[in-house]
Amino acid sequence: MNAPSEFLDYGPDAILMAGLTGNNWRLADYVARGGYNALKKIILEKIPPEQVIAEVKRSALRGRGGAGFPTGLKWSFMPRQFPGDKYVVCNSDEGEPGTFKDRDLLRFNPHAVIEGMAIGAYAMGASRGYNYIHGEIWDTYLRNEEAIAEACAAGFLGKNILGSDFTFHLHNHHGFGAYICGEETALLESLEGKKGQPRFKPPFPASFGVYGKPTTINNTETFAAVPWIINHGGEAFLELGKPNNGGTKLFSVSGDVERPGNYEVRLGTPFAALLAMAGGMRGGRRLKACIPGGSSMPVLPGDVMMATDMDYDSIAKAGSMLGSGAVIIMDETRCMVKSLLRLSYFYYEESCGQCTPCREGTGWLWRMVNRIENGQGKNDDLDCLTSVADNIAGRTICALGDAAALPVKSFIRHFRDEFQYHIDHKHCLVKPYI
Amino acid sequence: MTMLSPQTREKIDREIAKYPADQKQSAVMSALALAQAEHGWLSTEIMDAVASYLGMPPVAVYEVASFYTMYNLQPVGRFKVSICTNLPCALQGATVAAGHIKQKLGIGFNETTADGVFTLKEGECMGACGDAPVLIVNDRRLCSWMNAGKLDELVDELKAAAARGEGNPVHAESGE
Repeated sequence: MNAPSEFLDYGPDAILMAGLTGNNWRLADYVARGGYNALKKIILEKIPPEQVIAEVKRSALRGRGGAGFPTGLKWSFMPRQFPGDKYVVCNSDEGEPGTFKDRDLLRFNPHAVIEGMAIGAYAMGASRGYNYIHGEIWDTYLRNEEAIAEACAAGFLGKNILGSDFTFHLHNHHGFGAYICGEETALLESLEGKKGQPRFKPPFPASFGVYGKPTTINNTETFAAVPWIINHGGEAFLELGKPNNGGTKLFSVSGDVERPGNYEVRLGTPFAALLAMAGGMRGGRRLKACIPGGSSMPVLPGDVMMATDMDYDSIAKAGSMLGSGAVIIMDETRCMVKSLLRLSYFYYEESCGQCTPCREGTGWLWRMVNRIENGQGKNDDLDCLTSVADNIAGRTICALGDAAALPVKSFIRHFRDEFQYHIDHKHCLVKPYI
Repeated sequence: MTMLSPQTREKIDREIAKYPADQKQSAVMSALALAQAEHGWLSTEIMDAVASYLGMPPVAVYEVASFYTMYNLQPVGRFKVSICTNLPCALQGATVAAGHIKQKLGIGFNETTADGVFTLKEGECMGACGDAPVLIVNDRRLCSWMNAGKLDELVDELKAAAARGEGNPVHAESGE
């Protein structure tokens, strides 16, 4: 907000997105901002890999893709001694409705992601890496092809990086329209040139990943935070946030706000402050509901959100999850049945079909919500919806089943009256806008 | 191998080089995307050519082509327009935008205009919700903030481009 107008405005506390104009994404610009200093430091000072991992652990950096798993801990799962290639993979397959932060990172600061991946590779002893980029953002994919070429030419990637014996080959791989490939083992299958159907775990990717080799998969924003942590120390990153919730986080704010967009704030920032950064509610309307972490996370009523801080632990305490940091805002004119209907259709459409509870259950959920929306709901539909959701969640190989079930259960829990009104009166309680 | 032009094969070769020598199959997604960029859609013959080029069983290629939604397994118009109508986009006017372009083109989702210029698709999340309404033209061009005025401009621009013979090749199967 204090930044000069020629800069993209991600907020006054931005570190990952600080100083970006939209045009200064090239290697020379990144280096002028102090880019690749972290990679140079660990290589030239021969910092032991264990020490890099310890620094990331100290930062309390947690996975920015949705699960919030501690990054340093994840890195320490990679086998230290392994004959042959180990891999690091960046999950840029951003397709969770409401999430659009990784696209900005990849468009405007691609070298931060590349440097973070190279540092991760150094720390984990990986020699090969892939950045799996969402197929829908082709321009961004091409830009990252250029960025990798720049980094190779400058000696930050490839063989014997900066004259050391550290070698790391990085390539981009694009998706082509499958939400499920954001699930890390589906992503690995897709990287191998197969249908993106998740693998049963264990074995976990750290022991059996891409091509059966040890592999660590982190989100784009997670990797992008790593250079800052090495440059400033894990402690400094932790202090930007709060205990167990280190650093800043990019929140993608969408829906009924004046200025939808990405905002980078310290973890622990009050929701009300984030909402104000996005210009507040569109047209000054009242906040009815908010999904704080992407479409897969439980919806919360507006008053609960207004009393919540934006960090992993606070949002969990309020009854939802921070997820990917996608904040979907719905105002008082929105019909909750119709909103759930669109999300249910999405999960039905995107189920990979591998597990019966998800393949059959997501269609069942969608058809039931559809008939309630269209005035053909039956009185026992709400209990049946909850029961079907309960019988999907926890009974599938991956989390897509849970992702389909959680919205259904939370929409009914918090807005049951509205669903009941639809069933009783065959029409909507609020004027339908969408 | 005549199904894949020398230019397309050269691009596929660059993709193959990204993966370990014994993992050519990893390049199948980009190979199919490149083949689609050349032909507009993936006929069985084109998929078989990709399979043979990568040394894969044809069925493994069909599996991939049918799993990922951006591959066209049927001929499409000169320009395939996919508009996202998912919840965050819908809250920011995507339903209205989708209605506008349907009316403007006189077709619904999964239909092609009689002149073979436009195919309209309902897309799922493109990861650009902040720019809603968003749409993608022929897999490659993401268009942001597509209100009615910008949709009208885009339709005019693409019609003119089609008249110059740009966009996907026209196939007998597409009703031309």
